[in-house]
Amino acid sequence: MVKHKTFIRKKIVTVFFVCFAIFLILAGRLVYLMVFRSDYYSEQAKELHERERSIKAARGRILDAGGTVIADNKTVCTISVIHNQVKDPDKIVEVLSRELELSEEYVRKRVEKYSSIERIKSNVDKETGDAIRAYKLEGVKVDEDYKRYYPYGELASKVLGFTGGDNQGIIGIEVKYEEYLRGTEGTILTITDARGVEISEAGEERIEPIAGRDLYTSLDINIQSYATQLAKQVLETKQAERVSIVVMNPQNGEIMAMVDVPEFDLNNPYELPEEMNAEELSEEKRQELLNAMWRNGCISDTYEPGSTFKIITAAAGLEGGVVTTEDRFNCPGYIMVEDRRIRCHKIAGHGSQNFIEATMNSCNPVFITVGLRLGVENYYQYFTRFGLKEKTGVDLPGEAGTIMHKMEDMKAVELATVAFGQSFQITPIQLATTVSSIINGGNRVTPHIGVAVSDREQTNIERFSYPVKEHIVSEETSATMRMILEQVVENGTGKNGYVEGARVGGKTATSQTLPRGSGRYIASFIGFAPADDPQVLALAIIHNPQGVYYGGQVAAPVVRQLFENILPYLEKMDYN
Amino acid sequence: MADRRSANTTGRRGGRGHEAFFDYTLLFIVLFLLGFGLVMLYSTSSYDGSLQYGDPAFFLKRQLMSTILVMIAMMVVANIPYHFWERFAALGYIGSVVMILLIIPFGYEAGGAKRWIRIAGISIQPAEIAKLGMILFLASMICRMGRKIRTGKGFLMVLAVPMPICLLVWKVTENMSSAIIIFGIAVLMLFVSCPDYKRFILLGLAGIAVCALAVFIIVSADSTDSLGVRGTRILAWLDPEAYASGKGFQTLQALYAIGSGGILGKGLGQSMQKLGFLPEAQNDMIFSIICEELGLFGAISILIMFILLIWRFMVIANNAADLFGALLVVGVLGHISIQVILNVAVVTNTIPNTGITLPFISYGGSAVMFLLIEIGIVLSVGRGIRLKDL
Repeated sequence: MVKHKTFIRKKIVTVFFVCFAIFLILAGRLVYLMVFRSDYYSEQAKELHERERSIKAARGRILDAGGTVIADNKTVCTISVIHNQVKDPDKIVEVLSRELELSEEYVRKRVEKYSSIERIKSNVDKETGDAIRAYKLEGVKVDEDYKRYYPYGELASKVLGFTGGDNQGIIGIEVKYEEYLRGTEGTILTITDARGVEISEAGEERIEPIAGRDLYTSLDINIQSYATQLAKQVLETKQAERVSIVVMNPQNGEIMAMVDVPEFDLNNPYELPEEMNAEELSEEKRQELLNAMWRNGCISDTYEPGSTFKIITAAAGLEGGVVTTEDRFNCPGYIMVEDRRIRCHKIAGHGSQNFIEATMNSCNPVFITVGLRLGVENYYQYFTRFGLKEKTGVDLPGEAGTIMHKMEDMKAVELATVAFGQSFQITPIQLATTVSSIINGGNRVTPHIGVAVSDREQTNIERFSYPVKEHIVSEETSATMRMILEQVVENGTGKNGYVEGARVGGKTATSQTLPRGSGRYIASFIGFAPADDPQVLALAIIHNPQGVYYGGQVAAPVVRQLFENILPYLEKMDYN
Repeated sequence: MADRRSANTTGRRGGRGHEAFFDYTLLFIVLFLLGFGLVMLYSTSSYDGSLQYGDPAFFLKRQLMSTILVMIAMMVVANIPYHFWERFAALGYIGSVVMILLIIPFGYEAGGAKRWIRIAGISIQPAEIAKLGMILFLASMICRMGRKIRTGKGFLMVLAVPMPICLLVWKVTENMSSAIIIFGIAVLMLFVSCPDYKRFILLGLAGIAVCALAVFIIVSADSTDSLGVRGTRILAWLDPEAYASGKGFQTLQALYAIGSGGILGKGLGQSMQKLGFLPEAQNDMIFSIICEELGLFGAISILIMFILLIWRFMVIANNAADLFGALLVVGVLGHISIQVILNVAVVTNTIPNTGITLPFISYGGSAVMFLLIEIGIVLSVGRGIRLKDL
């Protein structure tokens, strides 16, 4: 018995020490996990427990040249209910349906729906949101949010563009300057349980959002308004398809106004005009129509410029020394280029005239002659040197390029047509920029709208600079061109662009759209003032006007009326 | 055999005649573990309780109720001379088999496994009965065998006895961990009652070799599809992060909890992982929440409490009035130590994941009932000790 017990005791002690040893191993494992691996697992666990919610950053505002805010943010509220926090559903239904002007059953369905959070209405005015918050209803959540707001509705809609659901730019300068306007989202880090419910006592970590920077533009809301008004007026009286107006400073390329009516309401950019029966359309067709509605014809559409392009031919001719202002020409009403007979718009012919008179008459044979004197190679070289082959680099998305003959395909007939503005296509902004560059002393400017960005306090202003290509024509040629174009307005085809008491230069154009013979015309006029020292240049293009379609009669008056109003205004601005 | 028996009885009578011994140290350790367990249970289960039953103390109340009832039962058992139970040894064995078989028609499922049956409104895991039954049956059997146990035949017989029950527990209730524990108890009791060492070392080496081979086969297998549940569990054990969304999920969550505890822990009640991240936080995985809230300090303290418990078992077993008493205590020692070791090893991902509760601390009325009855028996054996033997 005693012997028996001895080995049993020994064995029990062995068992104990084996257990003890295993416990020591486990303790060692715990030390490893809880001391040496602690940081790793803590980090992993923290990642699991934290939930990130982003806080939207206020988008930068867009301001016009006078400091008027043309794109702003409006605080809007989103009203939602959190089902399991609702205490008094009847009261909630009653209050929400009254304040939000919704039907009781609509609200009730949402209040009673079992979901973690149910949105009742978004884009609610701040006042309404505040009113609802004042009821202190349990389970009702009023979240504030920013929404882009355009105080001027459809003014400069195609230029400004609008923003989407995430406050991101969709078209226009809203897209182009996205990186400045957007700002940086903030985050709220909250600790949640496995179901994602926040743990209130754990508190939250906030990283504040950084508001986007304000964009200062060269647009002038007064000029833009007036130009829009004029464009709409001519659109209506001439029953035109579209009217585009570009107003820019020829000295530095700043765009003061860019109109392309019909425009659209920036606060409701997805609403098609009523006559389109938006409901009956397929999604694809709808999107197509929306894209067409948003399209900025001033930069995205090309057209045959017609006679306004004679400015370029004249400048190239003068610069190339193949023509002087005193050169005399005879116009019999047509000109033979190789075997082709190209007619002048005056069938009887302009008879004998010098180069200035020929420009005033907008005589096709004379410009064809100048073009032919230059020859394909030289003409092409000037075309390229003036920057017409490249995009202008305007700070707007979707600029179209020039459609031009290849030099090796260009023969005398093609050269002849190009010389008076036909058989190739450029954008309105391209024409306005090139003419600006010819009359401003020969500096090819980059048209632009964005001038500077700055934070709201204007403590950190960043000015943009745009490339300028100097001496595309000589100062002398530039001065001659200004003189000739002033003559066009004073005594020539552009006399409807004459403004009492001001010196205006300009050129008209009437071009038939392709296919020829369709009876569709584009009437245009490009004018600038003062003629001796141009500070403003305006291009008006009327697509398919009904009745009288001559540029001198349809487009020139538009620019005249514009200048009549904005010239005194611009002078006043300068004094300031 | 008859001699020994009468000697035992006289010994016991003699004990009663002298100053009565009662192992208050053991009782205190158990009460401490139970109290601590209730505190931790409340901490881990209040989230689940309020979420599922709208009462944060739901699990605590239930556990407290069954603990109090079972403590009364424990004191009753502690006051019954342990030889009273010897006559039920065979019944315990047969009863275990019957109860396990009853699961097939009458059992009900909880947590995805059919392991419980309901008797008089109390849910019982037959596997728990089988553990107690095995301790009792083997203690009685080894006593009867006497020196025969030293023969190869006797050795194999003792090893064969738990096999049917282990197989039943494994196959019927799909509870491999309980089967391992039952077999472990049997091996331990055999080890103690047999003077030989060599066989056990060989047995141990063989066991390790089999495990190593199994792991090797699974790791070198080409596709995980053919491996089944246990195979993927082993792969998940080796690299829980690679199986984070499946078999490794619970283990990984437990490791997050343990690791984020650090040396001093986040503080009682401050666990994040119990908030729905760690499945079975109040059951099998409660130790990881202890680690998270009380840190390395708290976790080691609990391990020390279990060491002290095992130490008390050793003292009682070594001083038991007879072999039967000693073997009963050894059985209980085996049961509790194996379960603690396996549980902590699983939670710390030292071994592959298998469902084992932490004695006295994990939630579960049925488990605590059988544990405290076992403690009652140990206390009863302790009563037989004559103080002069100590």
